[in-house]
Amino acid sequence: MSAPLAWTRTMRAMAALAVNPAGLGGLTLRARVGPVRQTAEAALAKLPGPQRRIHPEISDTQLFGGLNIAASLAEGRMVRDPGLVETPGLLILPMAERCPPGLAARLGQLLDAPSGHALVLLDEGAEPEEAAPMGLQDRLAFHVDLSGLHWSQVAATLPAPAEIDAARARLADLPLSETALATLTTLAVQFGIDSLRAPILALTAARALAALDGAEALCEAHLTEAAELVYPVRATQLPETPEDTEETSEDKTPDPDTEDAGDDTATDPGPELPDEMLIDAVAALLPDGLLDRVAARTRARGALSGGGAGARRRGNRHGRPLPARPGRPDGRARIDVIATLRAAAPWQALRARHGAARVVIHPGDIRLRRYEDRSDRLVIFVVDASGSAAMARLAEAKGAVELLLGQAYARRDHVAVVAFRGSAAETLLPPTRSLVQAKRRLAALPGGGGTPLAAGLQAAAALSDQARRRGLTPAFALLTDGRANVALDGKSGRAAARADAETTAALLRGATDQGCVIDTAPRPGREAAALAGYLAVDCITLPRADAQRLSGAIDSALGGG
Amino acid sequence: MTTPFPFSAIVGQTQMKLAMVLTAIDPGIGGVLVFGDRGTGKSTAVRALAALLPPVTVVRGCPVNSERPEDCPDWAAVTATDLTTRPTPVVDLPLGVTEDRVTGALDIERALTQGEKAFEPGLLARANRGYLYIDEVNLLEDHIVDLLLDVAQSGVNAVEREGLSIRHAARFVLVGSGNPEEGELRPQLLDRFGLSVEVTSPDTIEDRIEVIRRRSAYETETETFLAHWQAEDAALRARILAARTALAGVATPEDILRDCANLSLALGTDGLRGELTLLRAARALAAHEGAAAITRDQLRAIAPLALGHRLRRDPLDEAGSTARVTRAVADVLA
Repeated sequence: MSAPLAWTRTMRAMAALAVNPAGLGGLTLRARVGPVRQTAEAALAKLPGPQRRIHPEISDTQLFGGLNIAASLAEGRMVRDPGLVETPGLLILPMAERCPPGLAARLGQLLDAPSGHALVLLDEGAEPEEAAPMGLQDRLAFHVDLSGLHWSQVAATLPAPAEIDAARARLADLPLSETALATLTTLAVQFGIDSLRAPILALTAARALAALDGAEALCEAHLTEAAELVYPVRATQLPETPEDTEETSEDKTPDPDTEDAGDDTATDPGPELPDEMLIDAVAALLPDGLLDRVAARTRARGALSGGGAGARRRGNRHGRPLPARPGRPDGRARIDVIATLRAAAPWQALRARHGAARVVIHPGDIRLRRYEDRSDRLVIFVVDASGSAAMARLAEAKGAVELLLGQAYARRDHVAVVAFRGSAAETLLPPTRSLVQAKRRLAALPGGGGTPLAAGLQAAAALSDQARRRGLTPAFALLTDGRANVALDGKSGRAAARADAETTAALLRGATDQGCVIDTAPRPGREAAALAGYLAVDCITLPRADAQRLSGAIDSALGGG
Repeated sequence: MTTPFPFSAIVGQTQMKLAMVLTAIDPGIGGVLVFGDRGTGKSTAVRALAALLPPVTVVRGCPVNSERPEDCPDWAAVTATDLTTRPTPVVDLPLGVTEDRVTGALDIERALTQGEKAFEPGLLARANRGYLYIDEVNLLEDHIVDLLLDVAQSGVNAVEREGLSIRHAARFVLVGSGNPEEGELRPQLLDRFGLSVEVTSPDTIEDRIEVIRRRSAYETETETFLAHWQAEDAALRARILAARTALAGVATPEDILRDCANLSLALGTDGLRGELTLLRAARALAAHEGAAAITRDQLRAIAPLALGHRLRRDPLDEAGSTARVTRAVADVLA
């Protein structure tokens, strides 16, 4: 890809944003910290209007305003600090990939309200799975990826403020064109974009771009440009591609709410609508690995979904706040200033008579902050889908996992599914609470190929590590016949495969607290038992055609919840 | 830009709109839950609802919007006895809200300045006789959910904190919206919503284009657009008011009661709340349609909304609850 093109588009996106910040919502800028991002940020800084930097852990008080205690006490009346959001402007959120779902929801509401805010997400995700919350990205018109650009190729080139003002003035006079509307909507459908925000944003973007160019009306070039800026990152399918790509794409994006029927009717559009040129232009910009990207997006979405209920364990200073309670500060707990003041407040009129101090706080008034923190369990299902297992009892194993998923639901566990077959392992489902997805992924899992047991164990260990960092307690259920025949490097060979499996088993043992091995071999063999030995967990033999009993056994092996 | 997008101008989404209109006709139905994907117009509809609702009559200056002077809580010390009208309150419950802002707490200002213990009403007080809207309801903190469950059940907000002992009426229609991908709702909270709807993007290209067309008209030619649709909204408001008066006169035949019970039995819904909501919502629909008595048609239309979220959850059932309800309706009302 020609790198400067990506940069030119970034500059155009920023210019359009300057013209109509509230209408376009904002921009997602995906780049690691470096000179290129610095240049981009410098360009951002030149955009008109106030700009505020926020951070992923920003408190609601900072964001939405709150009581200014010092001033309130001094003046004897309520003094509120204005929040950052009270003056409309551009909010810049660095480290957007760390944005917790709660903040994402709040910012989303802020963008929905007609408050004139715009948001720039600086996404520093290193892995494809790490990304800014999709709910927020959906509300921002533009997404640009600056990775792969070299600093020598970039320079901030934004139109002068006067030009931007002139463009804004022209914006209102641009006539709406029916064809533009139809074109952009159809195009969105053809790229499998379900959200209706996308065409709305594309239309707004096209208008802003046309205004920037001083055009009298929307022309093809603006539509193309807007579509190029808005659609590629949201695309979930390629229009009119060879059959095989299409199918894989749909396999990988099980979107529960996508109306397949709707998309089908939509892909054979009316007579004047198939805009070959536009499709080509946007398709050329689709990231090379669209399918990987799509999968990664679903993953990122799944990974975020688990965090909603707050499953983090961070000692007694963090977590879900509980009502403050009276107590003495002991160096560990923090004083809840507001609650303490509330407790002391009613007595002030009385106490003031005895002393000169303005606020009299007695030890009994002191309130301490309390937080509750829990650690949720993550059950990682590691499923052997190799030929040997598939022949034997893959279907039964799937049945057992489904039962377990039902129980996991009842206990509010998070689940993840890793499958291994052929030469590698794949994380079918990152940690999530969405059982429907888990079930769907599992049902679609094909069987066949070698048994890369070591790769499977390694993937599970990596997942456990990740989960532990997020405050989850990982456990695993490994369904395999234990007959490894593909080594970590993808080469077949029983001896090497077994050696690798032993090494990675130690890795997994270190990474998890609980687990069990379920022997899926036609006849219970030594292999699975030996593997369970390396993992230091129980080995359960899959009873013939009795998934119910199996799930009971696993449940007790995993500690019964 | 401050006028919300008009309710009538929302393309499609008939179920969602119907559910909201029904709660406006009979607030006793108990709330609407809207679940759907991103960009399907969930928030737009709720914001539009506020502008659609008929005004309410309240005692002037009463913090809990009491209907009669004798209903005003003692602690509010309302001296006025005259009535005034105001728009139906639609109160937003922000996600990061603290417990004391929801229930109300000691009024710091008065405590600081006058050394008095006084109660500062919270969001629940403001939402009395109106709507309480929670966007992204599935991301709401557990302790706030607990609090809402209790109040939504009893219709009374009791505050026992900081030496205060206060109670006041808190009857509101709970409207929640969310994206199911971001987390599940606890069954106890699900049950508090009378009706639930799932929304998806419109599935024909014409509808999609129409959405975009109206949206951009709203943004660019705001005045003409609003003038047209606010008239439609006014007509709908008149229908809602007419339905409210008609509501009491709608007859409930014995057969319909039996049908309600049979439907709930067939679906195995927990408790009687499902049947009661089904009946109430069907009656509201009959009033809305100008029918003299509830018929099976109304039951058919309402059943998915009223029962869909009350089914004993089978997390692995692919078919989805709507399909199960439709099946049961076809069987029972055959």
